[in-house]
Amino acid sequence: MTLSNTIPITDELVASHGLKPDEYQRILDLIGREPSFTELGIFSAMWNEHCSYKSSKKWLKTLPTTGPRVLQGPGENAGVVDIGDGQAVVFKMESHNHPSYIEPYQGAATGVGGILRDVFTMGARPVAAMNALRFGAPDHPKTQHLVVGVVAGVGGYGNSFGVPTVGGEVEFDPSYNGNCLVNAFAAGLADTDKIFLSQAKGVGLPVVYLGAKTGRDGVGGATMASAEFDDDIEEKRPTVQVGDPFTEKCLLEACLELMKTGAVIAIQDMGAAGLTCSAVEMGAKGDLGIELDLDAVPVREERMSAYEMMLSESQERMLMVLSPEKEEEAEAIFRKWGLDFAIVGKTTDDLRFRVLHQGEEVANLPIKELGDEAPEYDRPWVESPKAALPDFSALAAIDPADALLKLIGSANLSSRRWVWEQYDTLIQGNSLQRPGGDAGVVRVEGHETKALAFASDVTPRYVEADPFEGGKQAVAECWRNLCATGALPLAATDNLNFGNPERPEIMGQLVGAIKGIGEACRALDFPIVSGNVSLYNETNGKAIMPTPTIGGVGLIDDWSKMARIGFSAEGDAILLVCKSNMWGTHLAQSAYMRDLHERRDGPPPPVDLAHERKAGEFVRDAIQDGRITACHDLSDGGLAVAVAEMAMASSIGAAISLPMPTDPTPVLFGEDQGRYLLTVPRADKELLREIIDEGAARGLVVAWIGETGGTELKLPGTRAISVKDLKARHESWFPDFMD
Amino acid sequence: MKSAVILLPGLNRDRDMIAALTKIGGKAPVTVWQTDTEIPDVDLIVIPGGFSYGDYLRCGAIAARMPVMRAVAEKAAQGVTVMGVCNGFQILLEAGLLPGALMRNASLKFVCREVKLEIANAETRFTDRYAQGQVIRCPIAHHDGNYFADEATLARIEGEGQVAFRYAEGTNPNGSLNDIAGIVNAEGNVLGMMPHPENLIEDAHGGTDGRALFEAALGRAA
Repeated sequence: MTLSNTIPITDELVASHGLKPDEYQRILDLIGREPSFTELGIFSAMWNEHCSYKSSKKWLKTLPTTGPRVLQGPGENAGVVDIGDGQAVVFKMESHNHPSYIEPYQGAATGVGGILRDVFTMGARPVAAMNALRFGAPDHPKTQHLVVGVVAGVGGYGNSFGVPTVGGEVEFDPSYNGNCLVNAFAAGLADTDKIFLSQAKGVGLPVVYLGAKTGRDGVGGATMASAEFDDDIEEKRPTVQVGDPFTEKCLLEACLELMKTGAVIAIQDMGAAGLTCSAVEMGAKGDLGIELDLDAVPVREERMSAYEMMLSESQERMLMVLSPEKEEEAEAIFRKWGLDFAIVGKTTDDLRFRVLHQGEEVANLPIKELGDEAPEYDRPWVESPKAALPDFSALAAIDPADALLKLIGSANLSSRRWVWEQYDTLIQGNSLQRPGGDAGVVRVEGHETKALAFASDVTPRYVEADPFEGGKQAVAECWRNLCATGALPLAATDNLNFGNPERPEIMGQLVGAIKGIGEACRALDFPIVSGNVSLYNETNGKAIMPTPTIGGVGLIDDWSKMARIGFSAEGDAILLVCKSNMWGTHLAQSAYMRDLHERRDGPPPPVDLAHERKAGEFVRDAIQDGRITACHDLSDGGLAVAVAEMAMASSIGAAISLPMPTDPTPVLFGEDQGRYLLTVPRADKELLREIIDEGAARGLVVAWIGETGGTELKLPGTRAISVKDLKARHESWFPDFMD
Repeated sequence: MKSAVILLPGLNRDRDMIAALTKIGGKAPVTVWQTDTEIPDVDLIVIPGGFSYGDYLRCGAIAARMPVMRAVAEKAAQGVTVMGVCNGFQILLEAGLLPGALMRNASLKFVCREVKLEIANAETRFTDRYAQGQVIRCPIAHHDGNYFADEATLARIEGEGQVAFRYAEGTNPNGSLNDIAGIVNAEGNVLGMMPHPENLIEDAHGGTDGRALFEAALGRAA
């Protein structure tokens, strides 16, 4: 098949490129003539939602993106944050939702590949990965197939590339039945004086194509990712790319080797909309034009048209501007790694994006306007209605032990071991905390004591019930998970997954969530340094739950003092850090109400950001001073699930009491925010008093709620459960479901 | 005690291995690239883990046919200590330096977890700092670690004490025959094993059970 550049531009053709009539008119006004077929493809690639952020830009601008440690905020391939000693952590999270639903293995694999490339494009060696996965109801006919494929794809790519997967999330909910979410996070380490950017500098310099050859895979992928799904989704399969982690590993090594030579002036990976997006971005950022000669592009298939080459999303490709005098040295490095190296163009001073193919100029467009003049919408939105606090007084009584066993053996709170044992969590030899704790922790190689903590969080049902509070909560929980290891939270990346923004109620969710995220990030000094927006996550008009995933990075000064979730000894006092003398009793939107009473009504627990900050700082100080023996934050399932997780992680039992004679259920299963569990040796009475008093002095309640010991978990108002039984229940759901 | 690490495109535990050899041996190993035809004079040659050439044919099959592997075979024939871990083990099998084959895990899934290993023969040059029958911890991370050999071969390597490591306490993660996790050649100077001792050599790893293996393999040369 070849697509000629002379195909007439019809209304249908414009529509099939995802361009609205008014957007097409904008193109006509901009260039003063009808675009060629290749040019239409270029516009559709640059102006789709995925690449242009046209619906979200207005709101994304409100997020805090700076801070004393932020070296690079949003707008580059990834965010860059100073970690001291001349080093920086480079990270980002990005979605690959639509491709993963269409072809789960390759969709997920190339999602991982894309985010790794974003990180090493900036000169950083990837040191950690996470992924947040959301699937439909377990009993939906497609769910199992998607879980198998996505997990294998994530593992297949990351394991072969050689980056440890240290954390993530897996959640099931019917709202994802027709639209799963695959959000991939990667972080790397770089020297602060060797960060590489995409901005081209200098006229007449060679534009070099590196990596794998260009094929027809993924043509139109970014446009597909910006469309809703319907029943014809299977026809989109050819738009999903195929990943080659071996080539990517070689590309990583070749790029890092090349960067050391000083040859690289600018670099941009070819991700969504491939050659088009990367070339335009490099030129536009540097106020330069770019001329590409497609006859020089290494191709995998014969007779590819200009249109196909410009829109191909073949993976493992890079575009660079190189110093001409280092060309030979650069080529030798790429040949050594068996990769393609071709000079495909040059920078110019005319601010045009010109594409030549077989002696013909197939595109000649104003390069700045391609990016800058992309439509930007202030889409109408309506605030989500706030729910009143429901009356739960007539709830059927459920024995707390039965409730706990059901929760920890449920689809959403059971162990994810089945998933993360398919990921290499150890490679590179620096993993200090693997999945299953509050955050993944990776030692900073070459440094005696420093480590980085990584967490990924969002509670979509909270966001659905109240986008603003839910947005705050996603940030707060991520920040809390980092604090719970003893890490100082540095910065975050956001991956905003929502439905169709052309519907005011969905736009209202997006706006509310971004406002909430912004407020929490400001209050917690936790700037957003990179991110990605994925809209149109709908199938046949039904949207997913709003899912703004937050990926956070924290710094641990001395990992020998880092906290873990497992109890470390018998006879430790268990302390609850919280806000109220009643400890917390908010049941609405809890996992308990959802899974035991099938109720999803009411508001989510509110997030008091001032309290959140105080509690986090208190816990972090206690950990860094080496005064506590274990720490865990409270989230889904509340106090009961948190204590159970600490017991299961250590095989040590515990006994918990109540603040006063009362119904134990809200205390055990309420999901009030800003809470942690700490343990300290009970025998050290002085230390115990000191910690409680210090918490009080900082305006916190530090309640002594129980003790560790034995082999059973004893919750108030119910029978004891052996930790062994808890573990068996916790570990069995996933294998029973999958195998 | 000098060591060398073989580098092939797609291997990815080379850095882990180089770190382990450096931390335990006190000296960084030399690295040898895929197209090199000679290996410098060293006392220990290590082929690390990963996915050489993407494992796109059979695991280790392409690597086994690279020029550098002829040099490894020559050194092995001279009696130099050679060790292959994970993909390195697969490569040694494909190169014919060790008997048997590694098939896809019985679960058909990649698996990364900690297992228990029994020292099945504490008299090899790789295991003599452990006690016979000692059980150690060791991480694994692989998709194709299911050891297989025909009956005669299996009987021979069992009879000759060529099984160095066995998965213990019911932790066989991949379906390997006789719980075999690592074997040596008949001469005893070439070891292949699926588990990753290089990822359990310091406190940061949560244990040091893998150290004695490197101390033995490196120490021999001292």
